Amino acid sequence: MKLDRRRVLGKTLSLGALTLLTGCDITDNDAVQRVLAGFSAWNDRVQAALFSGTRLAPTFPDHLAVKAFRYNAWYGPERAPRLDPADYRLTLAGLIADRRPWTIEQLYALPQVSQVTRHVCVEGWSMIGKWTGTPLRVFLERIGADTSARYVGFECADGYYEGIDMPTALHPQTIMAFRLSDEILPTKYGYPFKIRIPTKLGFKNPKFVTTVYVTNQQPRGFWTDRGYNWFSGI
Amino acid sequence: MHRSSAGPRDIQRHPWPVRITHWLMAVAILAMIGSGWRIYDASPIFPFRFPDGVTLGGDGETALAWHNDPGVASAIAWHFAAMWVLAASYVLFLLWGTLSGHFWRDFLPVGPRAFWRDFTAALRFRLPHRLGHYNAVQKVFYWGALLAVAVMILSGLAIWKPVQTYPLELAFGGFQGARLVHFLMMTAIVLFLVVHVTLVVLVPKTFVAMVIGRASERSHESELEDAR
Repeated sequence: MKLDRRRVLGKTLSLGALTLLTGCDITDNDAVQRVLAGFSAWNDRVQAALFSGTRLAPTFPDHLAVKAFRYNAWYGPERAPRLDPADYRLTLAGLIADRRPWTIEQLYALPQVSQVTRHVCVEGWSMIGKWTGTPLRVFLERIGADTSARYVGFECADGYYEGIDMPTALHPQTIMAFRLSDEILPTKYGYPFKIRIPTKLGFKNPKFVTTVYVTNQQPRGFWTDRGYNWFSGI
Repeated sequence: MHRSSAGPRDIQRHPWPVRITHWLMAVAILAMIGSGWRIYDASPIFPFRFPDGVTLGGDGETALAWHNDPGVASAIAWHFAAMWVLAASYVLFLLWGTLSGHFWRDFLPVGPRAFWRDFTAALRFRLPHRLGHYNAVQKVFYWGALLAVAVMILSGLAIWKPVQTYPLELAFGGFQGARLVHFLMMTAIVLFLVVHVTLVVLVPKTFVAMVIGRASERSHESELEDAR
């Protein structure tokens, strides 16, 4: 068959018109959402299988750590909750032997490690920072948590809530971060501490933590309830 | 494809494994491009965004009400669902193309001189299309598309699992490097699709062959004889 310029132009134009007409989006259909949720649950299982409790997230030299770390939340930094160090208590719940609440002084007296790791946001940006704090595993053992349970959940002073699988909770780089760039964690970044997990996307790193609980029921997550994948490992 | 040796007609045949994997890849790639654009919009690499209307991720207002976000949650759900469909159909297509001989028979041999000859002819609209016969430009384009999808899958894996597959990320020059490669390969695939679909519109019988498995037309040789 022969192609000539006029035919090519005419057909190309009608092709362009066709793509404009297909602007309808089936995403908001309930059945489509159910199928997508099914794939997301499958992805949770695949990611749990891919996760290694000993494989470490890459660490970087100190000078690559960003001092003016990017602020990120669904509200502005001026609305970040200001927790009074005198009144603050960390509540413990669930499958934990010693559920006495912890003061900030007690928390900050725990043994600490530093890490220069990369925060990866689900949106695609990434930033290297230096965090210092206590491995969550050390804390869980100190309070007599049942580490054979499946999940650890967190509740936060800003209304946020998250939960992670126990293998990730016991990973050596999962820490209760008391410091960012060697400074006590500033209010807008989650004072008195955030859970820093370099093997998960940023939104799985809750700030302003006020409750830690251990459970066999998969904890809900603030963004997971809004359609994001639950495991969200990286 | 099997060619009719001396018959008066050119015939295009697509066996069912090719048709099924072709259409699965087509749907998955379109879903991944549309949702990928919406994800890109959440943190653009370049100073532009894709309008919501051409992306996949739902209505912006609905997303804000349901998800408290501009549609990224649904776009990621699409992206991480379609990736399984694409990976599976791509691997099956590679297996079938290799084992059946389709790749070696129809996409080879191809050399730079043949490509240049056919490419310049195509630009002057002097490259005739013959059903069931692949010219050098087509061969290079199909190899290129296969390669682009492979790099797409690998860079996507580096972005999805930058910790669990860290060496892969390093091969792409870091996490943001992998994002850039992922974007550039998307661009290559979109350009391929524009050319591919335009040519299908110009030669609609190739579409028929990819749907029902067979199409034919008067052979190129007999058309030439008529013209004399």
